[in-house]
Amino acid sequence: MSTALIQLTYFFASALFILGLKDLGSPETARRGNLFAAAGMFLAIVGTLAHRDIISYEWIVTGMIIGSAIGAAMAIFMPMTAMPERIALSHAFGGLAAAFVGISEYYRHGAEMELLKTVPVGFEVIFGALTFTGSLMAFGKLSGYITQVPVTYKFQNQSNISLFAVTLALYVAWLFTPSYPVLFYIMLGLAFLIGVLMVLPIGGADMPVVICLLNSYAGLAASATGFVLSNNILIIAGSLDGASGLILSIMMSKAMNRSFTNVLFGAFGSVAETVPGAAASATGSVNEGTIDDAVTVLRNAQRVIVVPGYGMAVSQAQHALRELADLLDSDGVTVKYAIHPVAGRMPGHMNVLLAEANVAYDHIFDLEDINDEFSKTDAVIVIGANDVVNPAAKTNPSSPIYGMPVLNVEEARTVIVLKRSMSAGFAGIDNELFALPNTMMVFGDAKQTVTKMVQALKS
Amino acid sequence: MQAELLFAFYIFMLAAFLGFQIISKVPPLLHTPLMSATNAISGISLVGSLVAAGAHYNPVSTALGFIAVTAATINVVGGFMITDRMLKMFKKKEGKKP
Repeated sequence: MSTALIQLTYFFASALFILGLKDLGSPETARRGNLFAAAGMFLAIVGTLAHRDIISYEWIVTGMIIGSAIGAAMAIFMPMTAMPERIALSHAFGGLAAAFVGISEYYRHGAEMELLKTVPVGFEVIFGALTFTGSLMAFGKLSGYITQVPVTYKFQNQSNISLFAVTLALYVAWLFTPSYPVLFYIMLGLAFLIGVLMVLPIGGADMPVVICLLNSYAGLAASATGFVLSNNILIIAGSLDGASGLILSIMMSKAMNRSFTNVLFGAFGSVAETVPGAAASATGSVNEGTIDDAVTVLRNAQRVIVVPGYGMAVSQAQHALRELADLLDSDGVTVKYAIHPVAGRMPGHMNVLLAEANVAYDHIFDLEDINDEFSKTDAVIVIGANDVVNPAAKTNPSSPIYGMPVLNVEEARTVIVLKRSMSAGFAGIDNELFALPNTMMVFGDAKQTVTKMVQALKS
Repeated sequence: MQAELLFAFYIFMLAAFLGFQIISKVPPLLHTPLMSATNAISGISLVGSLVAAGAHYNPVSTALGFIAVTAATINVVGGFMITDRMLKMFKKKEGKKP
């Protein structure tokens, strides 16, 4: 009776998850969708608490209280600019939970486990463990505890692949001899190590793909847990999450013109390997403009497009930017925002920041919707973006980013580039946009520059 | 047992297809909230950890279950709350000036 009741709550929870994700497809219904999904989760938890194996609640209640307190504190106090870090951290928690449930199952049943259970337990533990350490590494890189520069060494790919092969071999060996826990625990340790080594060679600009991929892994680990426990809600929710992460990472790698297999097999660092060197070669011929020059251009403009990038997030310039756009708007200037799919450190990063600054989402456009409009635009403000506006992606076949879809900002009458210095972007390549005759470089911290532009425009 | 496994694979496959269909319709505008919501949903591991933490199979399983419950609850509670906080900010018409 109680089992049937639990299954019934799972049934409704699954329906609510799916409805919720469907509603997340439109900004008008998205909030309701999130509530649906939360309601589904609540149902599933309440149902599970009636499970007949549960004999006492002290650890459950303690864990849930601690978890809720930490989760709520993070949700309330974390600034929107730290969203990529938070997402990375939460993938780590998801991976850890899945791995621990798997270890606990193996510890409990040991050698009595049938192949039907050991196959998913191993899968769950490997994916959970590498998601945990991989996400912690991503968190460290995003929050600056670990260098965002790709860390590479000789034979890196070869040693990573060998490590993965050894782990896989241990897994298979353990499947046939589940009575040897030592195989299992070495496999677990190697999976933790793989997570670290996998993310080590990845640079800041490749983070969107990695975050999506880890999202997918966390989902797959949860799904494997479902196979272990013969629990449908885990299978469904996990595979929804896995599919979502996979789609997003495919989209992100397309937006960077990298094949998905190239990304999957850890060749993340390969673009960045062509790194440093001649970053300053374009400096000679750039037009440097003052705040007043930039404001004069904007005063004479009818149509303005703003192109934000990670630099906007770093200097938290979104509020000042919105003030600038408001002033221009009250002078009858049309201001639009153009967002490249990989701008920032996770998918949709710029949209969240602009939303936080109260920019209406119908003023924000995706690359394919706005790319033809640049030729009819008087002024473009590039704020903290670099590689996504590099014309070399279209013109220079030897450029590492050749073929990547970019925003055609150089077609506008004037391009105002706000940039801290003449340094190269994360892909480490020159940007010939900065040396074009219709480009005006305004150096300085983006937020300060925009604030000064607002003051100049007011006077 | 074999039939049960096959059934589980059916469910996995159908959910994955459905997920692909629904999620490919989500516009880039909402990709961050989508990711944080699916992350909260993947906190469903909580369901598995609850049993491990409360069943007292053995002390190790209980300890692992307890940590897993804590970690998964952080995701569930934090994930849904922050997604709501984000989505609250998405407005169509120009709102009041801050």
